[in-house]
Amino acid sequence: MIRLFGISIGLVFAVAVLWAFANGVVSVAPVVSQYGSFTEPTAETVFHRHPKELHLQSDGPLGTWDYAQLQRGYQVYKEVCSACHSMKFLAFRDLEQLGYSPAQVKAEAATWQVPGVNPDTGEADMRPGTPIDSFPSPYPNKIAAAAANNNAVPPDLSLITKARHGGASYVYSLLTGFQPQPAALLKEFPDAKTPPGLHYNPYFANLNLAMAPPLTAEGQVAYGPGNPKPTINQMATDVAAFLTWTAEPKLQKRHQTGWPVLGFLLLATILAYLAKQQIWAAIKPKKTAATGSSDA
Amino acid sequence: MSFPWAREYQPTNGLMKFLDEKLPLPRLVYGAIGAGYPVPRNLSYMWNFGVLAGFCLVLQIVTGVVLAMHYAPNALVAFGTTEHIMRDVNWGWLMRYAHANGASFFFIVVYLHIFRGFFYSSYKAPREMIWLLGVVIFLLMMATAFMGYVLPWGQMSFWGAKVITGLFSAIPVVGEPIQVWLLGGFAPDDAALNRFFSLHFLLPFVIAGVVILHIWALHIPGSSNPTGVEIKDESDTVPFHPYYTAKDGFGLGVFLIAYCVMVFFLPNYLGHPDNYIEANPLATPAHIVPEWYFWPFYAILRSFTVDFFFVPAKLMGVLAMFSAILMWFFLPWLDRSPVRSGHYRPLFRKFFWFGLIPTMAVLFYCGGAPAIEPYVMLSQLATAYYFLHFLVVLPLVSSFEKPEPLPFSITESVLGSDKPALSGE
Ligand code: HEC
Ligand code: HEM
Repeated sequence: MIRLFGISIGLVFAVAVLWAFANGVVSVAPVVSQYGSFTEPTAETVFHRHPKELHLQSDGPLGTWDYAQLQRGYQVYKEVCSACHSMKFLAFRDLEQLGYSPAQVKAEAATWQVPGVNPDTGEADMRPGTPIDSFPSPYPNKIAAAAANNNAVPPDLSLITKARHGGASYVYSLLTGFQPQPAALLKEFPDAKTPPGLHYNPYFANLNLAMAPPLTAEGQVAYGPGNPKPTINQMATDVAAFLTWTAEPKLQKRHQTGWPVLGFLLLATILAYLAKQQIWAAIKPKKTAATGSSDA
Repeated sequence: MSFPWAREYQPTNGLMKFLDEKLPLPRLVYGAIGAGYPVPRNLSYMWNFGVLAGFCLVLQIVTGVVLAMHYAPNALVAFGTTEHIMRDVNWGWLMRYAHANGASFFFIVVYLHIFRGFFYSSYKAPREMIWLLGVVIFLLMMATAFMGYVLPWGQMSFWGAKVITGLFSAIPVVGEPIQVWLLGGFAPDDAALNRFFSLHFLLPFVIAGVVILHIWALHIPGSSNPTGVEIKDESDTVPFHPYYTAKDGFGLGVFLIAYCVMVFFLPNYLGHPDNYIEANPLATPAHIVPEWYFWPFYAILRSFTVDFFFVPAKLMGVLAMFSAILMWFFLPWLDRSPVRSGHYRPLFRKFFWFGLIPTMAVLFYCGGAPAIEPYVMLSQLATAYYFLHFLVVLPLVSSFEKPEPLPFSITESVLGSDKPALSGE
């Protein structure tokens, strides 16, 4: 009884889904015969690029921070990106982790203006930052942010490298990927012309974004003596490294905790294996075909 | 427990004698996972995953309780408190990564546990009740994991909650009211977040309760084994302790190594970047995908793209997705072959390795891919086979198949003859 019932239910689902499949074949067949692929090509599917390769010292299981680079990246963020992007999950005091002293952090925080309250009138006001304040947004609210940026709100950058496929490589590629729209694109997809106010960048999902190229000239940020030349590439790499840190300040600690933990587990597992072998030795025969044929 | 040769608990000192009289907890442990529980001597590592699943459950409860001390289920601050845990709470990053990856490893382990059951037909008599309780556990696990994923209130949390509760709106007439009732509103917000948090905290303890029943039911017939031949006498068994405590201990070590590699070096590999973007009801993500362990069932849901007679496509998909799991309840009565182990079932074995396993792989892959061709068509073929496998192939194969000869006993299968182990040859 149950089996008859089961077989009929199974057949119903199978027929229904194969019917959907048949419909799919009918609607896909013309697309395949016209374009040789399952979906109609669009400017995005043809011209979107995967992030370029970027190697940072924090990569891989042994990755550690390059503090000098993080400090340079902070400088780029402060002098360029912070004009539009907030970083709300980081407070100025977090900069101590990059090697600044508490006094330096206090002085640094004071160079920023953060939203506050006028102590005399009680009205909203700006005041100098203190170490416990977080990196502010330059805009009073989202509407103001969108109004100033072609209707796009510049995203908070604290977590940006974790919030995009490709992470730091993506940020680096985006910053160095602005270019004129290729002629081939316009020829193939005349409707896909970059709208006024947007900027062509093949690393962005839909190819056109509202951010104007923020890094445009060598030396835009003046690095102190002893640092590499601030080329566009170097600045983009440094800020990508910095944003890797902001997304996960505990990354280095995580790596450094992981190795001893793994070492201990490896040892414990070897001991557990030897203990198991010893316990089973008394009753375990030499390998015979224990369980019949296991091949299919 | 139920075997006459099972060793009896002997309290050795005054305290244990006292305890044994007043509250025989040591006796219970001795009989359940100690030397008083005889277990087939030939269990493979596929029988390790039950213990590992139990370990995962404890791990999730411990890390989860700590996370709950620092988390706040309020749409305004939920995302921020999760980041607070990652940045400011001592070892908070470890707790969160351990919990998120712990969920994934729990599912890996339970999937292996379930597929062990499929291959060795562990669901067959006399173990039906173990299996039924197992399916209940699996359903509870899915509900728990789904609600847990909503808590950090990222983009995938929000949109996942919206899509999954939206499935109920496919039910005719009462669907929409049910969705509003589940969410406490028209879209996920504070009401939904609060109740999901409450239930996400509660359900693991319900699971723990059902696990106790699961193991209780297991101890009545005892574990099956790779031959599927039942225990005949004492020489077929070894006491659980020290034999399987040692073997499971080694398995636990291997498990922990794999798990810690993920937690410490690839903690976001199994997650989705969009969940590091705070929930935004006005911005729909390009591709809404659930967590990886739901992908096969998500693929089944999305396979039903056209109406079937008077049943709308969406309703058909929802029915199929739920049936895909609920039908496991009927397996013990669908598969009537007298032989349990796939090792002795030539036809069944072919359908298992060349039918079910590739089907699951395709469903898994397509469930994580965007809902475009060719993924939809591939998942449609796989969905068709999935249902045919459990509901048509399994019942029919048992009628046509000629099983291979079984060993006379477990001991014979281990030693090649039915003599007790004397020499190691
Ligand atoms: C003039 C304002 C402005 C400046 C300066 C600026 N950005 Fe942006 N940025 C934007 C806007 C606006 C967007 C949103 C673009 C969109 O969604 O179309 C954006 C988006 C982004 C994105 C997200 C892209 C995505 O995938 O959604 C990243 C990453 C980014 N900016 C990094 C930076 C970095 C790093 C800097 C400093 C080197 C910087 N930005 C400087 C305005 C700015
Ligand atoms: C929290 C989750 C679970 C825990 C802690 C758990 C625990 C266990 C344990 C300790 C065993 C004995 C050891 C072993 O055979 O591996 C077992 C056996 C079993 N479990 Fe589970 N289990 C869980 C989920 C499930 C699920 C989801 C299913 C099926 C849908 C299932 C089906 C079975 C069956 C059929 C057996 C008997 C196997 C045999 O003896 O051949 N279990 N379980």
